[in-house]
Amino acid sequence: MQLVTPGIGLIFWMLVSFSLVLFVLGKYAWGPIMKGIHQREDTIEKALEAANDAKKEMLQLKAGNEQLLRDAKDERDALMRDARKVKESILEEARVKANEEAARIMETARENIQFEKMAAINDLKNQIASISIEIAEKLIGKELENKKQQEQLTEKLLKEVKIN
Amino acid sequence: MIRKLLHTARLQVVILALFLSGFTYGNTTTSDTITSSAVPAHQQTEKKAFDAGKMIIEHISDAHEWHILEYNGFQLTIPLPVILLDNGKLVAFSSGNFHHGHEAYLGYRLMTEGVNEGKIVKVLADGETPDASAKLPLDFSITKNVLSLFISVLLLCLIFISIGNKYKNNPNTAPKGLQSVLEPIILFVRDDIAIPGLGKKNYARFMPFLLTVFWFIFLNNLLGLVPVFPGGANLTGNIAVTMVLALFTFAITTYNGNKGYWKHIVNAPGVPWWLKIPIPLMPIVEIVGLITKPFVLMVRLFANMTAGHIILLGFMSLIFIFGNMNIMAGYGVSVFSIAFGVFMSLLELLVAFIQAYVFALLSSIYFGMAMEEHDHPEAHTTEH
Repeated sequence: MQLVTPGIGLIFWMLVSFSLVLFVLGKYAWGPIMKGIHQREDTIEKALEAANDAKKEMLQLKAGNEQLLRDAKDERDALMRDARKVKESILEEARVKANEEAARIMETARENIQFEKMAAINDLKNQIASISIEIAEKLIGKELENKKQQEQLTEKLLKEVKIN
Repeated sequence: MIRKLLHTARLQVVILALFLSGFTYGNTTTSDTITSSAVPAHQQTEKKAFDAGKMIIEHISDAHEWHILEYNGFQLTIPLPVILLDNGKLVAFSSGNFHHGHEAYLGYRLMTEGVNEGKIVKVLADGETPDASAKLPLDFSITKNVLSLFISVLLLCLIFISIGNKYKNNPNTAPKGLQSVLEPIILFVRDDIAIPGLGKKNYARFMPFLLTVFWFIFLNNLLGLVPVFPGGANLTGNIAVTMVLALFTFAITTYNGNKGYWKHIVNAPGVPWWLKIPIPLMPIVEIVGLITKPFVLMVRLFANMTAGHIILLGFMSLIFIFGNMNIMAGYGVSVFSIAFGVFMSLLELLVAFIQAYVFALLSSIYFGMAMEEHDHPEAHTTEH
């Protein structure tokens, strides 16, 4: 029976001690502990969020970088294409120009040749004329004996004439 | 779940009662046989026969001295202060003056048998015989349990204030040492006791009480399992202690009861009127339920801890009971007794935690019930 009869002394001391321990721990232990735990959990949560954000940002950055790289590649390709085009056009132009130049040079050359030819022909004409005159002089001077001899002589003279 | 817990508690009380009656019965028979046949008459006078029931009851009840060991008549005990309030007069002296109840001191005597066993009574003018007519003086002595209570309170304060300072001084760092051992249990109290019972909105206000009650019970349960000083006092298996703990829960529940809570007690909605008028049947049932809750808390903790101690002591007693019959039987039984004792101790370790958990959990559930926001059906109809 003593076992299930609460004693007044123990009730008293228990009330006092438990109230005291509740007050003291509530003030000096549970307060700081719960606050500390809560604060730490908040910090951890925030840190995790920040890490997540950073990860997202990095992914974005990476995507941006890739985009940038792709753009750069495209631009490079475009530039290369343009350069090739320019090169081709320059080559084409040069070829055309060279052709033109060649044609022009040929033209001038031909003109020159023509001119020279004409000059030569004129010169030849003049020489033929003078030779003819000489021959004629010789012919006239020798006095032709006969017609046969005359022809032979002309022939001989003509052979002598060299177009220089 | 609550119903299940209540059910187990009731079962434990029944088992406890069976144990108590069984032991006292078992003992009287064994001691009778020993005194009559096995022990010679001359030894009987010097050496009392081993009384398992008495030993167990002595171990689980409170005492005015802290008995550590007894060997060949030599007793090692710590005498504790006696403080009596007798008719408004405060009397204080050491319990060593009683010489284990053999002598009276200042007109008081510690009873070792009878109805007032273990209590301090007044003696008649002859200084020997107890005064049956006098009222018992109020006993505020620092008994074994009170000293154990002080030690545990001191321990709690030391442990948790030092940990609290760690949180204060090094915020946002990983827990270290003792802090890392205790923090998971503190978090367990918060996440598995307070929040499920009280909800995220209200729990923070009750954390100090729940944590204190949990750690107080847990620490004292563990100290109760330590066989030598400063452990060994059956503090959480003492009805006065569990009563005060349950009263705290009751007081906080009552203080925090909202309008809906009181309405459900006085005038429960959804119950036919004839259950309330003219005989207030439902209010009576509700009020009984109000008292039952802390009562069950009190009895569960007390019965669980006491029963555990009784079983453990019972196994140890078996060694001496058999040893008194035949010394070899005692040695033989000791192997099994110790094996079972170790098993029971491990089980008690689990029970120490479970009982602290259950007490705190039920407290949190009671607080949550008192603060529950009840839905009002009429409010719903007007909304549509």
